[in-house]
Amino acid sequence: MTDASSAAPALPNRVHSILTESADMRRRNAAEGRFKLYGMAAIAVSFIVLGIMLWTIFSDGLSGFQQAKLTFPVTLTAETLDPKGNKNRDEMAKVTTVGYGKVLAASFKAELAARNIPTDGVTEKELVEIISKDAPGGLRARVLADPSLLGQTIEMTMLATGRIDGYLKGRVTMQTAERDGNVSPAQLQFADLLIDAGILKTGFNREFLTNPDASDQRPEAAGLGVAILGSAYMMLLVLIMCVPVGVAASIYLEEFAPKNRWTDLVEVNISNLAAVPSIVFGILGLAIFINFMGLPQSSSVVGALVISLMTLPTIIIATRASIRAVPPSIRDAALGIGASKMQTVFHHVLPLAMPGILTGTILGLASALGETAPLLLIGMVAFVDNYPSAPVEGFFDPATALPVQVYSWASRSDPAFIERSSAAIIVLLVFLVIMNVTAIILRRKFERRW
Amino acid sequence: MKLFKLTASALAMAAAATAADARDQIQVTGSSTVLPYATIVAEAFGENFDFPSPVVEGGGSGAGRKKLCEGVGETTVDIANSSSRISQSDIDLCKTNGVEEIMEVRFGYDGIVFATAVDGPEFALTQADVYNALAAKVVKDGALVDNTNATWADANAALPAQAILGLVPGTKHGTREVFDTKVIIQGCKDSGAHDLYLATAEGADEKEKKAAADKSCMELRTDGKSVDIDGDYTETLARLDADKTAVGVFGLSFYQNNTDKLRVATMAGVVPSTESIASGDYPVSRPLYFYVKKAHIGVIPGLQEYIDFFVSDDMAGPDGPLAAYGLVSDPELAATQAAVAAGTPMGPLE
Repeated sequence: MTDASSAAPALPNRVHSILTESADMRRRNAAEGRFKLYGMAAIAVSFIVLGIMLWTIFSDGLSGFQQAKLTFPVTLTAETLDPKGNKNRDEMAKVTTVGYGKVLAASFKAELAARNIPTDGVTEKELVEIISKDAPGGLRARVLADPSLLGQTIEMTMLATGRIDGYLKGRVTMQTAERDGNVSPAQLQFADLLIDAGILKTGFNREFLTNPDASDQRPEAAGLGVAILGSAYMMLLVLIMCVPVGVAASIYLEEFAPKNRWTDLVEVNISNLAAVPSIVFGILGLAIFINFMGLPQSSSVVGALVISLMTLPTIIIATRASIRAVPPSIRDAALGIGASKMQTVFHHVLPLAMPGILTGTILGLASALGETAPLLLIGMVAFVDNYPSAPVEGFFDPATALPVQVYSWASRSDPAFIERSSAAIIVLLVFLVIMNVTAIILRRKFERRW
Repeated sequence: MKLFKLTASALAMAAAATAADARDQIQVTGSSTVLPYATIVAEAFGENFDFPSPVVEGGGSGAGRKKLCEGVGETTVDIANSSSRISQSDIDLCKTNGVEEIMEVRFGYDGIVFATAVDGPEFALTQADVYNALAAKVVKDGALVDNTNATWADANAALPAQAILGLVPGTKHGTREVFDTKVIIQGCKDSGAHDLYLATAEGADEKEKKAAADKSCMELRTDGKSVDIDGDYTETLARLDADKTAVGVFGLSFYQNNTDKLRVATMAGVVPSTESIASGDYPVSRPLYFYVKKAHIGVIPGLQEYIDFFVSDDMAGPDGPLAAYGLVSDPELAATQAAVAAGTPMGPLE
């Protein structure tokens, strides 16, 4: 290496101006141009795929946020709903939803007669079928909660059945209705009359975000209420369990731990843990948390424990990276003016690493929010009709989660669930976007460059 | 990791404290065929009783029965739905885990139908036609040869000359069992293939020979004309949408909810319907069951009320919501109701 010029191959002795393009330069420029094109093509492909995915989801799902509803006055006849006439809740509870269905049907027919809406062509049964099967249950709960409503006439808004809802949204047409066992063309024509009379309208579907799941017979009433609560509970618990543990582990490993075989082993294990397929954690969760520790099935606490196991390595890795990014000069300065190791870490290093830890945590939570596979094994992929109660007790009540609801709706037989499944994906995407945007804003706002 | 252990054990203690007072919800698991019926009942139960709605899970008949037999206690399930009858091995498993008494409740029947895309040609199938179209070996000139039938017309000249593509349920489904026994093996016998298999079957006695012949009959062709669908019926429907010439296997209730997309084929001249299945004319049907852990009755609130409600005429009767969804009501429902009310545990399998 004493004489570099003699070792290097002799450069071809070509003399020309850099302003005129030589063949060699053209070739290199062309290669660069081609590479740029490949890059742009790669980006274009990913955007097209993303676009197709979003388009299918939104075109299927947006209509899920609208719902056909019927509004008419309902006369709560005391004779049917309170046969003993003493407004005793226990006595009144003997009247089932069948009785309330009859009250609704009678009021509906009375309203049609009062408004002179012709009902010829539709049988009495078909007429009543237009009202969702969910409506009597809602009315029953309302009357039992407030028996003073008995005998009054109240203006009520209730869901229309799923097929009529589909007709208003264009999913059901006269052609499909002819072949459909659950709706007749006469019912659709009658629905047109109801729209003209202002009884049947589509409006914003608030119930979709608050209602619990519903059975296959009433897709119109199915909502995400229990799933959103369950997901929220799980994320809260994951946050409570993962952040202290993850941050403490990272600080110890980065700042205090001696570098030896044991810490190397721990490090390898953490990286491996981050790569374990999530279903494995589900099997582990079933064996340890349910069968061994006896935690209740289908509960958000078991879901959160399982998901914590998956999120923990992600948080530890992100936290360690951001602690490592704090320059040693900060530590040296703090130690130099007499701070203890502990003070250095907690007064200087940790605050400076905080933005990185926060973004890492939020991104870890975002991926945990979309996790389904481990929940399958611990019984959270289920039909849960009751809201979990308030924390802390509610953590032990059965619940589902957003991605689970997408999965179980996608396999239902009624076509109306396709729309609901896609709408649930939209809700999930909105949550994910909110979390990711928060992470980006926090990073932009607090990030320090050294 | 110490802190994590601390957190976990603290949570476990809190759980023990909450779980000490009895679990409020009934836990149901099992067959995905029974799942929609069970959710309809669970929903109505929650509406009309002062108990919370049961939590209903799918996952398969076999898996559900295994869960039922895991043991007695609040962390185990109360009811397993099943689209096939419990097996002796399940009962033995239950016994070893201390689950002594199980109630068997048959609440109705479910039909299995063959359907094509709604604008496809009419199919009038027999079991032998399905066997000739989908089996690995068929009878030709009195001998078993590899199945080379390309169109349905090759299988039976009366059928449309449409390329064969059968979408049959995967082996993990309870539906497949019915498809195998009621359609394929029956078709194997009708077409004469069963006798030919029997002639060459190996086995110590008649029973073993027959089992070997049955097994040979159930082999479906592997040249892509018969496709196993491991997902549920929505996947079969999606495949049918993509390939309009396919013939798919569905549950009757699924078909009834999608009559605008599917055209049903007759089987042995009978149109599948709740009536023709109840009368026994339509040949491809199976009973649906749920199994109740008797030790949990009286411990889990609402369990007895739930099973009474499930088999009541308001639910499982011929005019009830389950029948409206596609369940074929059990003609002997009254006997079932009496057995459920009395809490009669099931005897040994005959």
